Amino acid sequence: MDPKGSLYDNNWARTSSLTSPGNGLPTNLSSHPPSFYGAKIEAPFKQFNQISPTQGLLPGESNNDIKILDQENFPISDSSQTTKLQDWDPSVMLNNLSFMEEKIHQLQDLVHLIVNKRCQPFGRPDELVTQEQQLVTADLTSIIVQLISTAGSLLPSVRHTLTNTSPSVGQLSQLRGNTFPFGSGPSSGIRPQNNSGDKFFDQFAQNGVPKNCEVEQNCHIEEHETKDEDDAEEGENLPPGSYEILQLEKEEILAPHTHFCTICGKGFKRDANLRMHMRGHGDEYKTPAALAKPHKESGSEPKLIKRYSCPYAGCKRNKDHKKFQPLKTILCVKNHYKRTHCDKSYICSRCNTKRFSVLADLKTHEKHCGKDKWLCSCGTTFSRKDKLFGHMALFQGHTPAIPFDDTKGGPAGALDLEIRENNSKVGSMNFCFGSNPSSENGVQNMDVKGNNIDDPTNYFSPMNFEGCNFGGFNEFSQPTFEDSEGSFSFLMSGSFNYAPKIAGETNSDNL
Amino acid sequence: MLKKQKLFTTQQHKKKNNNNLFETLSEELIFTILDFLEGDPPTKKSFSLVCKSFYFIESKHRRTLTPLRTDHLPAVLNRYPSVTDLDLTLCPRVTDNSLALVAGAYRDTLRRLDLSRSKFFSGNGLLSLGVNCSNLVELDLSNATGLRDGAVAAVARAKNLEKLWLGRCKLVTDMGIGCVAVGCRKLRLICLKWCVGVGDLGVELVAIKCKELRKLDLSYLPITEKCLSSIFKLQHLEDLVLEGCYGIDDDSLNDDVFKQESKTLKKLDISGCQNISHIGLSKLTSISGSIEQLILADGSPVTLALADGLNKLSILQSIILDGCLVTSSGLMAIGNLRISLKELSLSKCMGVIDEALSFLVSKHKDLRKLDITCCRKITDVSIASIANSCINLTSLRMESCTLVPREAFGLIGQKCYYLEELDLTDNEIDDEGLKSISSCSSLSSLKVGICLNITDRGLAYVGMNCSKLKELDLYRSTGITDLGIAAVSGGCPDLEMINTAYCTSITDSSLFSLSKCSNLKILEIRGCLHVTCIGLAAIAINCKQLSRLDIKKCYNIDDSGMIPLAHFSQNLRQINMSYSSVTDVGLLTLAGISCLQSFTMLHLQGLVPGGLAAALLACGGLTKVKLHLSLRSQLPEPLIRHVEARGCVFEWRDKVFQAELDPKCWKMQLEDLMQ
Repeated sequence: MDPKGSLYDNNWARTSSLTSPGNGLPTNLSSHPPSFYGAKIEAPFKQFNQISPTQGLLPGESNNDIKILDQENFPISDSSQTTKLQDWDPSVMLNNLSFMEEKIHQLQDLVHLIVNKRCQPFGRPDELVTQEQQLVTADLTSIIVQLISTAGSLLPSVRHTLTNTSPSVGQLSQLRGNTFPFGSGPSSGIRPQNNSGDKFFDQFAQNGVPKNCEVEQNCHIEEHETKDEDDAEEGENLPPGSYEILQLEKEEILAPHTHFCTICGKGFKRDANLRMHMRGHGDEYKTPAALAKPHKESGSEPKLIKRYSCPYAGCKRNKDHKKFQPLKTILCVKNHYKRTHCDKSYICSRCNTKRFSVLADLKTHEKHCGKDKWLCSCGTTFSRKDKLFGHMALFQGHTPAIPFDDTKGGPAGALDLEIRENNSKVGSMNFCFGSNPSSENGVQNMDVKGNNIDDPTNYFSPMNFEGCNFGGFNEFSQPTFEDSEGSFSFLMSGSFNYAPKIAGETNSDNL
Repeated sequence: MLKKQKLFTTQQHKKKNNNNLFETLSEELIFTILDFLEGDPPTKKSFSLVCKSFYFIESKHRRTLTPLRTDHLPAVLNRYPSVTDLDLTLCPRVTDNSLALVAGAYRDTLRRLDLSRSKFFSGNGLLSLGVNCSNLVELDLSNATGLRDGAVAAVARAKNLEKLWLGRCKLVTDMGIGCVAVGCRKLRLICLKWCVGVGDLGVELVAIKCKELRKLDLSYLPITEKCLSSIFKLQHLEDLVLEGCYGIDDDSLNDDVFKQESKTLKKLDISGCQNISHIGLSKLTSISGSIEQLILADGSPVTLALADGLNKLSILQSIILDGCLVTSSGLMAIGNLRISLKELSLSKCMGVIDEALSFLVSKHKDLRKLDITCCRKITDVSIASIANSCINLTSLRMESCTLVPREAFGLIGQKCYYLEELDLTDNEIDDEGLKSISSCSSLSSLKVGICLNITDRGLAYVGMNCSKLKELDLYRSTGITDLGIAAVSGGCPDLEMINTAYCTSITDSSLFSLSKCSNLKILEIRGCLHVTCIGLAAIAINCKQLSRLDIKKCYNIDDSGMIPLAHFSQNLRQINMSYSSVTDVGLLTLAGISCLQSFTMLHLQGLVPGGLAAALLACGGLTKVKLHLSLRSQLPEPLIRHVEARGCVFEWRDKVFQAELDPKCWKMQLEDLMQ
């Protein structure tokens, strides 16, 4: 069995083991240039789809399954295979592969059998079904283990030799429409195993959308390119054709992690974090060489500049666009894709209006949110006043939006004033003007120029006034008032309805 | 006269038959009659009282309204349905409710609203105005120091606004002004004086959005040159006031700012812009050649270079240089300008000397207004050349030109026949001078205060010849007695304002004679020790228009003088009773005057807090009360706050009791102060 075939099987095996029946169609094939590989790959899926009606091929939920598989897989591959296969032996590999092929054929037969049985009109006892299922599961598990260990065997050999001649991956890449050399051997060697973890995760996340090999390839690129980020930024205004275009798949772009532990499958965003993590898996990962940052390939091959294409058809960043503008780095691809083609799921917790698809954008915004106090009536905010005024000068009818607490305007607490005013109107303006402050009867109806004087402060509503002793008023010289009453009462008549009777002794008259 | 005829005929008709013939008169006819009575409120009032139909037609006819209080606003608004101009400056308290009432009543008719002295309204009231009164064209919000951006944004709803005054709206910022700029696109005038919260951005936006602007007052704004280029792009700008804009300096006035020439600017005021020297001025004048009036008060020194900068202004008519340091060469250069000035003000200018001033006035023979107040170095030489050259002078102010000898004033009277306004305060003029000046028959305002050389004889000439006199100031001209006053009041029936403060010889008989001047509005008899209540009563009974009265230090006036005042002077708005013998009883009596707005009472012996409190409560329309600080603690705090809430401002003064000085002694003290 040639390596191509092994990977082909590999792919199918994983797909079949992880995809929940029913939605196992390879969605991502359409976006790729057709290749004989891609055409070929459809066959197993079709096969699989035929199988799919058999519900419960996988016992329990697929999610749980994946975890189990993960746990089962990696220790085996780690302990038994990877350490042994320090020196890579193609014949061992070939043996493994043919073994797996045999296994798969067996399983295929078994499943065929089950399908045929199902088709019979009468039912069978439940135990039998369960047994069969268990059998299938066991077989699948062993195939996967074998597969992973076989693939994992590549890892140490490549890592130690530091060559660019990983046959499986290299051949595979040449088969794809996008040709690119795997410049750095170590990373590409690691990838197959990393990807297995990645795949598990992805497929689980993507509700079992199967992947083809290209994703796997792109994974290489991704890691590769993040390292070569600096190089990539050098080239601007590149003439078309002077660089190679790489295109990641949507799922790959959206994957939260890009680096996976080959042993436990744990994902990491950064390569360095992964290396730190790897130390826990054994002393061999603690060596300076293992911990060192993987060097760039100083190799003899002239490196082609890489640029990236957005997988979204019709996007300007997509390589099929007439005015295609490539993206420089993986990071650019990620951010571009999220910003342009994804939902903006992050909402600013402060303003609750601004939405972002990239978390970093949200954080940047939140730093400044609220500081953008210069608000236009159109809803646009500005961090600088002159920018707002420039905006308003430019557009017709745009006015400054006055902050809410300012809209009341007027003297401070104008609204309160108004409310109290209304209250005071209800409360008649009866003034306790008596010389003996305790006398409640001393309320003198001193209606100062009509009742409708707006009395905002309400000092003279009964509520306030009765309690108030009016200290100063105790000093009223009563003779003066008697006098005044006589002398100017004629003047008061008609001019306004102020009753000149003020002093306390007039209480009885009033009441 | 018309009114009296009407009244007379009315009564005749009423006697003949009970059928009122006036009701048959057409509305148009009565409207025409009422048009003739415009500007004479008392006559209009009596006209409206002739009969019911006149009353209703007058209500319909009235376009302007100046209510004293907002209390009766609903009834007033109901009575006058077609008011277009509403002046609420006399109302001490204008609330949002009042404004909402106004907005509801005059939804379509209201065109002008003056709130420049009103308090207690807020953005809500303005919002109801802005939303409802679609035809509002002029709005004065000056002194609304509490208004914020929100309120101004409400104003911006009045889309047809053409004139807007926002002077001293200190809390308004660029944001509020931005709303106005965008909302009120038809603005022709905007006054932002003292709106210290408004800067370049707001002003620039106004200049960009309001293309129709004619007048822009940016006094004391913290603006720089940044907004100037937009301002000078305005196509119709005629009047630009940049008083006290310290942010604008010579360096900033570069060619970048003025790419465009302003062909319409007629008046430029850069007074108090200390950072604009002749260099900046010449740049400003070079791009605005159509300037007619230039105000450079309190600015940089008037030098040859500055005057050279004015060369480009071919139609300049008026230069105001108040308070500037003036050099002779500068003045001479102004004299040499190829223009003919109509107005020149050198008030309080340092460095004005005879030679330069004589040369200047000899070149500008068409001067109409000249102000040389406090030009202390000039002598009769200048006066002679003024009198000889500028025979068309209508206004001459020369207060405190102390070196001008008494003979010189004769020349003014001989040559300047057209004088209408003459200020000779604190000068050496004597009776002969007054005799000469009395030949200016069109004189309406004469100020001869602190002229110790004039006597009754001189004043008698004025009384005989200047029948159009409306204003007479005799402050501390102690040579004047009852005879002089009698001559003036006999000869000048139109007298509206007279100040006889500290003319200590004056007695009640002066007041009796003054009571013949029925148009008297302002009477100051401060320190006239011999005046009593009887004289005041005569004034009160006859001078119904009296609105301002100062009886400070009239020790002989007591409470009994207040009774006729309260009864008859229903137009009295302001009274100063400090040091008089009035007590709280008299004050309480005055509460009967419904439009009394302000009183000052310092050092009143008989004033007790209780009476004062009652008076404060009784005077509903008070806006300002000046009292001694010691009274504050004696008045109950709630009362003070209540009165303040009604719209009254207390001014607590802590002046010590001042004994009256001998006039000569006072003059010497004044001169000491000046040196």
